[in-house]
This record gives sequence, C-alpha cells and structure tokens, in this order.
Amino acid sequence: MSPSSFDASAELLEQVNRAIAQRTPLRIQGGGSKAFLGRPVEGEVLDTRRHRGIVGYDPTELVVTVRAGTPLAELEQALAEQGQLLACEAPHLGAATVGGMVAAGLSGPRRPWTGAVRDFVLGTRLITGHGKHLHFGGEVMKNVAGYDLSRLLAGSFGCLGVITEVSLKVLPRPHASTSLRLAMNAERALSKLAEWGQQPIPLSAACHDGEALYLRLEGGEGSLAEARRSLGGETLDSGFWDDLRERRLAFFADPRPLWRLSLPNAVPPLALPGSQLIDWGGAQRWLKSEAGAEAIRAIAAEVGGHASCHGAGVCDSPFQPLPAPLMRYHRQLKAQLDPQGIFNPGRMYADF
Amino acid sequence: MNILYDERVDGALPRVDKAALLAELREQLPGLDILHREEDLKPYECDGLSAYRTMPMLVVLPERIEQVEALLRLCHRRRVLVVARGAGTGLSGGALPLEQGILLVMARFDNILEVNPEGRFARVQPGVRNLAISQAAAPFGLYYAPDPSSQIACSIGGNVAENAGGVHCLKYGLTVHNLLKVEILSVEGERLTLGSDALDSPGFDLLALFSGSEGMLGIVTEVTVKLLPKPQMAKVLLASFDSVEKAGRAVGGIIAAGVIPGGLEMMDNLAIRAAEDFIHAGYPVEAEAILLCELDGVEADVHDDCERVRRVLEQAGATEVRQARDEAERAKFWAGRKNAFPAVGRLSPDYYCMDGTIPRRELPGVLRGIAELSAEYGLRVANVFHAGDGNMHPLILFDANRPGELERAEALGGKILELCVAVGGSITGEHGVGREKINQMCAQFNADELTLFHAVKAAFDPGRLLNPGKNIPTLHRCAEFGAMHVHHGRLPFPELERF
Repeated sequence: MSPSSFDASAELLEQVNRAIAQRTPLRIQGGGSKAFLGRPVEGEVLDTRRHRGIVGYDPTELVVTVRAGTPLAELEQALAEQGQLLACEAPHLGAATVGGMVAAGLSGPRRPWTGAVRDFVLGTRLITGHGKHLHFGGEVMKNVAGYDLSRLLAGSFGCLGVITEVSLKVLPRPHASTSLRLAMNAERALSKLAEWGQQPIPLSAACHDGEALYLRLEGGEGSLAEARRSLGGETLDSGFWDDLRERRLAFFADPRPLWRLSLPNAVPPLALPGSQLIDWGGAQRWLKSEAGAEAIRAIAAEVGGHASCHGAGVCDSPFQPLPAPLMRYHRQLKAQLDPQGIFNPGRMYADF
Repeated sequence: MNILYDERVDGALPRVDKAALLAELREQLPGLDILHREEDLKPYECDGLSAYRTMPMLVVLPERIEQVEALLRLCHRRRVLVVARGAGTGLSGGALPLEQGILLVMARFDNILEVNPEGRFARVQPGVRNLAISQAAAPFGLYYAPDPSSQIACSIGGNVAENAGGVHCLKYGLTVHNLLKVEILSVEGERLTLGSDALDSPGFDLLALFSGSEGMLGIVTEVTVKLLPKPQMAKVLLASFDSVEKAGRAVGGIIAAGVIPGGLEMMDNLAIRAAEDFIHAGYPVEAEAILLCELDGVEADVHDDCERVRRVLEQAGATEVRQARDEAERAKFWAGRKNAFPAVGRLSPDYYCMDGTIPRRELPGVLRGIAELSAEYGLRVANVFHAGDGNMHPLILFDANRPGELERAEALGGKILELCVAVGGSITGEHGVGREKINQMCAQFNADELTLFHAVKAAFDPGRLLNPGKNIPTLHRCAEFGAMHVHHGRLPFPELERF
C-alpha cells in the first residue's frame, strides 16, 4: 500500500545520479497508461508512483500543485470536490499519473475551446540530466522570467528530464452543460462548425462519427437554453464524451492500427484509407487503417497537418518525422539538457 | 549595480570593425536600408525603458525576409551581435542595443498576409501592430485576444518575444496561448517552423519555449495567431472598499463563485486619486481600493454573472457597487484604469513601473510590505493590480533630476520584486526580464537553474550572438550582485555613470 502523500524525490534524484554516473538509460514510468505511444525504450525503470500527493491547492487561486506520481483520478476527484476541473480533459487510458499526463501532453474533447495540457502548466520541478532537482515557472498565472521550460516539458515524453512536480491552472466547472446529437453528414457538420466557430456559441466539444454530429455546450443556463433552441437535435447522454476521451466508443474497437491526424480546423472531410472519427471540431481525426505511415502522413501533410500512430509497434517512427534543421535543434536541445542521453532515449525519435 | 551590459560580469563580446562591416553589408545586401551615422542611430538607442540607453553600432531596416536571412548568415559567419527589435515599446529593455551589435528592426514587415474566418486564424508579418490584427478581423466578428496596454503601437513579433499579456489574461491567456505557428530564422539564417496550422505539432513544444524568449533563440519572421469570436456583450462593475484586504477577499470570492471575469483590476487610493484627477471617470476618491470587474460572453450569462458578482462584492464589504449603465460609462470606468500610468505620471516628474506577480492571497501582506519599503526609501508608490491573475504594477514616483532618486527608485523596485519572489511569485508577469530585471533573476533562480537556462541558449545559439545579456544573468553577475546585496541593501558605486 502506498500512502496518499509521500515525497520520494530524494530517491528519484539518487537513481538519476546513479544512472548519470553509470550512463545507464532510464525508462521513466508512471502508470504506464501511455506506453503504447512512442517508440520502445530500453532502460532501467524509474517509477514515479511513490512520489505522490497534492502539495498545495487553494481553489480561489485556481492553482493546484501536485507530485508527478499522483493518480490523475485522485487529482480530478480533489478538484471536483471544490467544483473545479482540469479543463484540458486529459485522457486516462488506464491508471494515468499527473506526471504522465504532462509528459504525454494528450488532451481531451474540450481542447480546441479551452486549451491543451501545456496551456494549463504553470510550473514544474524537474530532475535534470545534470543530476539536479530544479524549479521552473511557479504558481502564478503570469510569469515570463527566464525561458518557459515548464511548458516545453509538456508532451516531451520524459526525454528532457524527470518531471517530479507540476503546478496547474484549474477552472471552475461550468454552471451548466448539455449534449446534443444532430443527424447530418460530415461535410455539412464541418461547414456548420466553421460557421458556429465565428459566433459566440458556448461549444466545448464537437465530434462526428460518420452519421451524426455530437456537440457539448457548456456555460450559463441562459446561454445554453438559447443555443439549445437554435441548434435543435436530440439530447445526448454526457457519458458519450468520457467514452470518446477514453477511446471506448465502438469505433476504437476496430482491430486495425489507430492513427491520430492533427489538422487545421477548417479542413473539409478527407477521403482516408480506413474508417475515421472526427473530433475537436475537425482539428483531430482518428483513423483506423492498415495503410502505410507514408501514405497517411502524405494526406495529413497535404492539408497542413501531421499524423501520429497510437498503436504500439506499428511503425518505427510513430511521430511524424521532423524537417532536418528542426531535428538538429531537437538533438542539440536534448544534448544540452540530457548530456548523457539517459532519459527515455529513442522514445520520441530514433535520433535522441 | 548597473544594468547596462558590462563585459566584466556579463561576458566578453566579439569586436567588429564598423567600417569594414558596413562595407561588407552594402556589398552583399545592396538593397538593405542601413543607418550608421550618429544622428540616425540616436532614435534607436532605447526601447520603452527609456532610462537606459546604448547607441547601436548599426541599425538595419530590412523589408524582405531574404534580407534578414542573408544578414543573419553574414553575422553568424563574422561573429556579429544581433539585437532584434519590433516597435520598441517593451518596458524591460529587451531591445536595448549593444555598442558592438547590429540592431535589426523588424517594424517594416507590417503586412497582414491572411485573415481566415473559417479557420479562425490570421497570418501576419512580425511588424504588424497588435491592434491591427483585431481591426482586420473585426469585419468577421473575430478578434485577437491578448491586449497589452501598448496594443496600439506594439508589434506581434515583439509580443511573441515577450509573451505579452494584458488585462484579459485570466480568461483568455497570454500570447503563448493564442499562437498557432511562428516562422523563425535561426542564428545561422535557417528557416524553422514552430507549431503548425493544426492545434499541435510533432516534436518538442518549441513554440512554447520561444514565446517569451526575448529574441535570444531566433528571429520571428511570421506569426499565425488564433482569432476568437467577439463576446456578444461586456458589462463592468465598479466596487469601492474601505480597505485593501476587503477588496482582496472579494477577488477570491468572485473566483470561488465559479466566475472567471474577462477583466478584474484593482487600484489603491493613490492610483484612484491620480486617475480621477486626470480622467474624471467617476471613481470614488475616498475609497482605499476599487475593483473593476468586467464580465463578458453571451448576453444571458453576463446578466447572471453580474448578479453573482454583485452579491459577492456586497458580502465582502464593498461600500458601493456600481454597474456601468451603458457603453459610454463602461468606457469611462476603463479609461480611468487604462490611463492610470500617465495619470500617476502627472503626480511626479518620473515613475518607474514594476511588474511582479504574486499568489492573490498574498496581496494584503505584499501591499503592507510595499508601504513599508515606500516609507523606508522615501518614495511614494501607487498600486495598480491585475487582480484576476496576480500581476502587480506598483508605480514608484521619483524625480530623476534629484541626485540619487533614480537609484533609490531602482533599489526600491528591486526590493519589491524580491518581496514578490519571497511569497512565491515572480519578478515579471508580462513585461519581461530584458536588462531591467537582470539582477532580480538572481533572486528568483538559483545557480543550477540559471545554468540550465544557459544550456537552452547554447542549444540554439552557442556563440551568444542573438541579444546576449538579456533575460538570463551570468553566474558572475549574480555572485557580484548577491555579495553586495547582502552587505549594503543599496546600490554601491554611486560614482558610476548612470543614464
């Protein structure tokens, strides 16, 4: 049994320092819920889960500070008790930890309207490749002192250091929420979304499954009633959004590999080689496909987007390859922050 | 301790022969506008932090990105320092020139390349003014949310470099939250795209890293910003309090009621009086503090929120709560706040604006601390506060013509920032470090943290050619600053020349 709050940073720091001295690669791991994402890492496991607990939470400050190994569900529960939430709606996909949430940087259905995980990161504590435990950013909304290393860490898959603690901006739960289903084809749905996007309609999620458009509205009772009237459609159980976020919808049961296409939000429906599900009002499209990585990426790139593979071991480069100059700066940044190359080597790209 | 670049503590800089460089630039970049005579360089010797001035060696005013590319390649090859500048409105000396450097002025890149209402983005050149983006988007019912107070003049490239804020950040975020994509030229003149036309991009989030990096990692050549639908309605409440503590509690109460105001501003008595005297906004001059709370969104919700907030304000002990009756009165309420700086400027020949952030709960203690420091240094301080996001703007009143007052103002400002750090805040919320707060960085970060910042710089600009000396102090500077700091608490070397 692990206690609900424990500071294990000293032992994590010790393990990192040993790894630096011996040049042993480390495979940083929280709940292992995003292990399917990225390339496999050969290395000694560094488990963050003993380092857990909410360090500080003052609801009127809209800030919570949490140790990396804290289960995401535990944090969400603590926020819900105060009528607040993590607006990025990060998926769990298993026994997710807060550190893993930041390192993977995945966001849920609300992302286009309220922001991604990185948008809510205010500060971090980090064990670096120089064997130091350092603090960047803080617990305030505005902070432009020094480089923004905290937000850089979001979505860095542990390749730049071990995140031990994170301060996040939280928001009050919306006063009211309602969900709708409107039968229409994808073309019409995307064109309606482009139109609504220019109006102050309180949308907070929009998904199309090939047959119908699913919408969530969040805000005050007045604006919801108004939007509900003008949009029409039938009422939808709000559990739909949890199923979408946690990839439990029937679409995800398809045995073919899962691809994520991140696209500009006004891209019309695309003919993709497989079955697809449109999320984020069009900006995120899930694809179940046996097609090759190059073919899928060519389609995404053609319209200004990129594609990543969310199935373990499907392709050697699950994230879209970077242009050469950009890759060089990635390698240089990695070399500067992790000179021995011990943190999750190869997890994002074979190059680092 | 002087904040102008000092090679003894800030590191040696490469030397170039001005005449030879000028000749080479003219030969290789024949169309490039170059200023080199003292009288032409003079207007560029400072940015918005005009108390500090350094004459640049040369000023270049390119009009095509290819010129910037070629310039950077040349400067990289010849080891010439480059300081980028947008509109020059920055308040922290982030675009303060170097005597041995070229000042690269990006202001002529002022074209709006695309406004896309369906995609809700605008693609613009870096010299486009912040407000011009919202004006171009207005016909579509859209706008660009971050609104630094200099938005009439400041450029979007500078906003990216400083991660500029404004009065609506709690609800709508900083510059970094409102960017999709930035085109960069590296120190070697290579083109890099950070972010993408989609909501994210593969690899590390370099767009976040570059936001607020003060022109030290690369030069911004194009910016794609998000546009938002304009709120249907905005209402503003003006609440008066007989103590700052009560006003502070009211702010917490508004948040606890589940309301995120579009803007939430606090002013103390000195600032209220100055603003009222100047603008006649109808502020209550007897109040110890006022709160301005703007609620925006869909009409029905705004009315509900106004009622919620009014109840909170009354429960917190407001002596009066007024709601602006119409747009004209709303504009008037805001005019007092937006002109608070010039209003305070009328009370005193000079003022020095600080930019610390604190957790809001610390406000009463910090204001008491500021009052004590104000008495200790013998200088008045007016307080204007973005209460929603914890960003304070204490304005220190002084007279630069009186011997020693600028130094006292600087020292008092430094103490205020250290107070912010001590309660868990930051030395700068939105103005940036630049040169202005270079010494206070030593209070906010330890040597290992600063070393990691230098490592980030080395990944993108190992030769320290881009805006060296800004943002991150050397350990040498901190050692010296820390040492004298402990012993004196006041600036030593009064004999040193100051500008």
